[in-house]
Amino acid sequence: MIRSEILREIAPILRDQLVVCNIGLPSQELHMIDDQPTNFYMLGTMGLSSSIGLGLALSQPKTVISIDGDGSVLTNLGTLPTIANNVADNYILMIIDNGSYGSTGDQPTYAGKKTKLERVAEACGCENVVVCQDVDTGKTLQAAIDSKKMTVIVVKCDSGNIKLPVITMDPVVIKHRFMEAVKA
Amino acid sequence: MNIDKKIVDDLVANDVSFVTTVPCKQLAGVIDEVEAREGIFHIPSNKEDEGMGLCAGAHMGGKRPAIIMQNTAIGVTINTLATLTQFYRMPLPMIISYRGELREPVACQVEMAVHTKALLAQLNIPTYHFHWQKDVEEFDNILKYTFMCNKPVAILTDANFWGGYGDQ
Repeated sequence: MIRSEILREIAPILRDQLVVCNIGLPSQELHMIDDQPTNFYMLGTMGLSSSIGLGLALSQPKTVISIDGDGSVLTNLGTLPTIANNVADNYILMIIDNGSYGSTGDQPTYAGKKTKLERVAEACGCENVVVCQDVDTGKTLQAAIDSKKMTVIVVKCDSGNIKLPVITMDPVVIKHRFMEAVKA
Repeated sequence: MNIDKKIVDDLVANDVSFVTTVPCKQLAGVIDEVEAREGIFHIPSNKEDEGMGLCAGAHMGGKRPAIIMQNTAIGVTINTLATLTQFYRMPLPMIISYRGELREPVACQVEMAVHTKALLAQLNIPTYHFHWQKDVEEFDNILKYTFMCNKPVAILTDANFWGGYGDQ
């Protein structure tokens, strides 16, 4: 499965949670598949989905899912020790690991070569690190939500993209709508 | 006057409850004070753009954030300031150690100091420079201004403000 197929499959699970979605195609795909006020779409700033999600989880009680990519986590690798050392049991980092920089033309990442992000996360001190295959994403994500334990999920999937439009919603509107959903 | 205590008192009085820090020798006292203070969640960052991401999340979660860092971080965070903090209109007080200014002992620090105000001006970031201890009296107003306008605001604090480097 490719990322957009995974997002389509887990959309009914994501719908009920606060979601911080990574820059580029992941946000565009989620926006197209199931736009929700509970989705925060990143329009820029590669690498910070995990940090924004952690800050949000530490600041309010609802479950937060950061949808990230292997390339973006590599960009902000310092996020993993911060996550490990500031446990928020309402926080799930879901890394969709397709071994490539999808939004820029599927150039290979080091995570698609020798580097194992799940082992990096464990070495950083993350206590609940789960690796799953694309087809098992839904049940793995639901189990992480139900566990009420901070969890890092590494979803192994195929690289590949679909054609879709950019998000034209104003960033301040995205944020305002999201903050209202956080408070609701 | 204890500057460290005054700064953190003002943060607390302005309901700032989520503070991320990247250390600097000059900021050690204020970071200790942030860590010790009940009512502030202190989360050290490994890099300043990561810290701004944490602050963005805290803001959306209903907390008032702040970041404490060196001016070298301006070089690291321009993209984050433009595409996250400013683009989404988020408030962020940035308490910045202004290395490379008067009484600085390390020459390399000057290399970023000479760019600091120009970069902040280019980004249209409101910028205040604390050089004398009494300048800290403005901090409370700066915090109120930051959360009024929902912008990143820079407070540059130089070595003279912190009392220099002693015998170095």
